[in-house]
Amino acid sequence: MARMKFLCDAERCIECNSCVTACKNEHEVPWGVNRRRVVTLNDGVPGEKSISVACMHCTDAPCAAVCPVDCFYTTDDGIVLHDKDLCIGCGYCFYACPFGAPQYPQQAAFGVRGKMDKCTFCAGGPLQDNSNVEYEKYGRNRIAEGKLPLCAEMCSTKALLAGDGDMIADIYRQRVLKRGGRPQTWGWESAYGTTG
Amino acid sequence: MNTRLESKKRHARIMLWSAVIIVFGAMFLPLASYVFTDTVSARAAAAQDANPRANYWRAVREGNQGYTSSSGPYTTNVLIQNGGQNWRHLRNGPVANFLPWILAVMVLVIALYHLIKGTQRIEGPISGKTVPRWTLFERVLHWYTASLFIVLAITGLSLLFGRAVLIPILGPWGFGAWADFSIMLHNYLGPFFVVGVLLEILVWARMNIPKEADRQWFKKAGGLFSGEHVPAGRSNGGEKVWFWMVAIFGIVVSVTGLILDFPNFEQSRETMQLMNIIHAISSVIWVAIALGHMYMGTLGNEGVLQGMTQGRVSVEWAKQHHDLWYEEVKDQASSGDTESAAEPGSAAKQPS
Repeated sequence: MARMKFLCDAERCIECNSCVTACKNEHEVPWGVNRRRVVTLNDGVPGEKSISVACMHCTDAPCAAVCPVDCFYTTDDGIVLHDKDLCIGCGYCFYACPFGAPQYPQQAAFGVRGKMDKCTFCAGGPLQDNSNVEYEKYGRNRIAEGKLPLCAEMCSTKALLAGDGDMIADIYRQRVLKRGGRPQTWGWESAYGTTG
Repeated sequence: MNTRLESKKRHARIMLWSAVIIVFGAMFLPLASYVFTDTVSARAAAAQDANPRANYWRAVREGNQGYTSSSGPYTTNVLIQNGGQNWRHLRNGPVANFLPWILAVMVLVIALYHLIKGTQRIEGPISGKTVPRWTLFERVLHWYTASLFIVLAITGLSLLFGRAVLIPILGPWGFGAWADFSIMLHNYLGPFFVVGVLLEILVWARMNIPKEADRQWFKKAGGLFSGEHVPAGRSNGGEKVWFWMVAIFGIVVSVTGLILDFPNFEQSRETMQLMNIIHAISSVIWVAIALGHMYMGTLGNEGVLQGMTQGRVSVEWAKQHHDLWYEEVKDQASSGDTESAAEPGSAAKQPS
């Protein structure tokens, strides 16, 4: 069984934000909600590095651990999804998440949070695969169509890899061998632990 | 002969050099591994130096900020924030596992006390005469705050412990609906409760300033265990402790609650994590103490609830529990039914 993971190769990312745009367009994400973002460290300084980050679909997901209504679940592919019909918009998953993945559309005054929205690894939600309701609530379900996440598919420099953890690790290992130096599997330790 | 001598000499030279090589070899060859490890570690050190990227990942793990062109209320320029895991372990660890025991122990202590001591009755015959104890404003304020307190306590405890306690009972959908309703009530009623608590602190602060009589009251533990009646003014030592608990916990819970309730002032996640932990711990302790207040005001003592509902208490109750205060208000004693009795007068506004 595949264990889906994201991997962003910081040596390749050029901060073009195509992944962000592709994600917003594919899922019709509302304004102010970013399922994926690109963060640049030492911006403007020689040697700056950019990383595209979204929900990392953690093995022991902190969001799921603190959710008061237990609305998260992990698919057989290791993708962490949530049920918007249970979500109460308390914001706890945002407090707990190391990667700042959970987002909330603001629906009322005083910063009242709507139902949480986050990267689904293009795998929709608990509703009927590829149905209209699923699309409206969670966006496109590309995994059910046999496709990989659009952000990685669109990446012009192939910096962002998405897919089975073993396969993308192999691709990355080959790159590192060619380049020399050591691997920089960004965020893997935080997301998947040191063993898995 | 000459050639023999030559060969003998050569033999000796070979022997000598062989011995020298063997001796030096025996001394220095074992040291060769040092040369090897030195060069290898030098190469490793060079690789370390030649890896400035390591600094970026260190910066990422330390939660340093970068630049992002994405914008939104929940979009951050930090790649990894570390406070979340601490918050998770605090909330799912000590907060979730230890706090329920405070409530359980409190309920148990009250139940035990009631089983042993029972309700404290008014002694002697009741004449029907009453004295004013709480003004209409005080009573409205009390019940306004008290009812909000109960609603906030039930909804707050539901959100904190519901996943463990209520999901098995109500199911995920039943609890989902209840939690949705709870968070709405909790968030919308919270600010109204803050107003009530602050008014209570202002209105009742003066009468709860500790006095000499309270020292005696505490020495005898208020007669909780001996059953004797310790002299007390309008507010006895225990009531004063409860008042100052309300003041302290009220302010802490209100401030943390308001910060959590209005996330539209760009509070950082670290602030929210800290406020959430303080809010949870202090409010559960407050609820536990409030259980004691509720018991004392209803089941624990006969004749006390009447003061907060109808505003007047029987003369016998006042003499028994608040003798010093009774001396001040006894001239206002009147007979007849409490509803038609005069509104509590000036004495109630100028407490002991």
